[in-house]
Amino acid sequence: MTFIYPIGSNTAHPLPLSPDYKSSIKRAPNKPLIPMPHTLSELTGPVYGHETVREGDNDLTRQHAGEPLGERIIVHGHVRDEDGRGVPNSLVEIWQANSCGRYVHVRDQHPAPLDPNFTGAGRTVSDASGYYRFVTIKPGAYPWGNHHNAWRPAHIHLSVFGYSFVTRLVTQMYFPNDPLFPFDPIFNSVPDEKARARMVSSFDLENTQPEWALCYRFDIVLRGKDATPMENH
Amino acid sequence: MQDSVKPDGITPSQTVGPFFKYGLTPTGEYAWNDAFTNSTLTPDVSGDRIRIEGRVFDGDGVAVPDAMLEIWQADVQGRFADPQDKRALPNASFRGFARCGTDKDGNYSFETIKPGAVPDPAGKPQAPHILVAVFARGMLRHLYTRIYFNDEAGNAADPVLALVPADRRATLTAVREASKPVYRLDLYLQGDNETVFFDV
Repeated sequence: MTFIYPIGSNTAHPLPLSPDYKSSIKRAPNKPLIPMPHTLSELTGPVYGHETVREGDNDLTRQHAGEPLGERIIVHGHVRDEDGRGVPNSLVEIWQANSCGRYVHVRDQHPAPLDPNFTGAGRTVSDASGYYRFVTIKPGAYPWGNHHNAWRPAHIHLSVFGYSFVTRLVTQMYFPNDPLFPFDPIFNSVPDEKARARMVSSFDLENTQPEWALCYRFDIVLRGKDATPMENH
Repeated sequence: MQDSVKPDGITPSQTVGPFFKYGLTPTGEYAWNDAFTNSTLTPDVSGDRIRIEGRVFDGDGVAVPDAMLEIWQADVQGRFADPQDKRALPNASFRGFARCGTDKDGNYSFETIKPGAVPDPAGKPQAPHILVAVFARGMLRHLYTRIYFNDEAGNAADPVLALVPADRRATLTAVREASKPVYRLDLYLQGDNETVFFDV
């Protein structure tokens, strides 16, 4: 299958400059991006084998001697293209705060405890149908310095590759019905409400494991359409 | 497995944030291993080995200590390690992808090879170049730029450089040091020397 990557799909993304998110003010380009045709360089991308990912790298609760504190959850879904087909063999990397809203990063100064049994990093490769799955701990909300009483809604950072260098995506997965949504300039940097909703996972009772873990479903939609779509299905 | 349902759009980008290092570029400082390093080199790779280095600056000219750059490039014959490149040869184990986080002074570096010429959609050769994706706290969406090399005669006829105003092409052109195979290119996210970013 040959894929095309319409530029128009990018309108779902935030604009580089979103002044309510203060860090964007000095880090967004002032000059317009220069349009160019996609060449083979843009249309190809790195291909991963399972050697990049070790057994168990998708379970963030089993990386240390003991179990991390907090609410154990399953996060799963499909990596898809714009036509809805699963994207196989795509590397998915995640990182997140612990259940108290504290990152293991040395520069996180939030006075909440670190958990010696939780690093908060994981990775996996989507299977032949595009399916991926992680087991982790539900991250906590945390304060940040953007404005008075600013708190980030709980989120998991995701990094995804897909078929080409222009499908590369780094995003954040949120949890349903978070009361912090209206106040978060990063979440609201996405101008379209429907597009914002695509960053919010859904509670998945069907795949919640009794006596063990709640489940959330999150489909990740990357750029890329079939170059020769069938007019009649 | 769920049946595929046509989505109403792509998943929007969000910033990589300030705390990605332990997940994406731990480089021995955290209890997590690196999926990638800042090198594309493999023992059997052919071509001229080079180093590309520089710094990343914000609109005030202040170094950016929490940026991440990723590169994607062809091999010395101008072929990509991806089956979608129908010309791809089994060029050993070279992949052409690498990742580097900036340090406290905004420095990045890559160890790689000088790529060969890659054809444009019309079949005309592009000058040797490397694609770069730039991520950072404060960047809600990563941006794409390219690295060209100042010692390549093909730059003058490159179809992508031709789309860039002449007075901004230097922001895409790494400059070779006189005595060793090291190229330098600083990236400016904003300002008078703002790096050219492409709408791809």
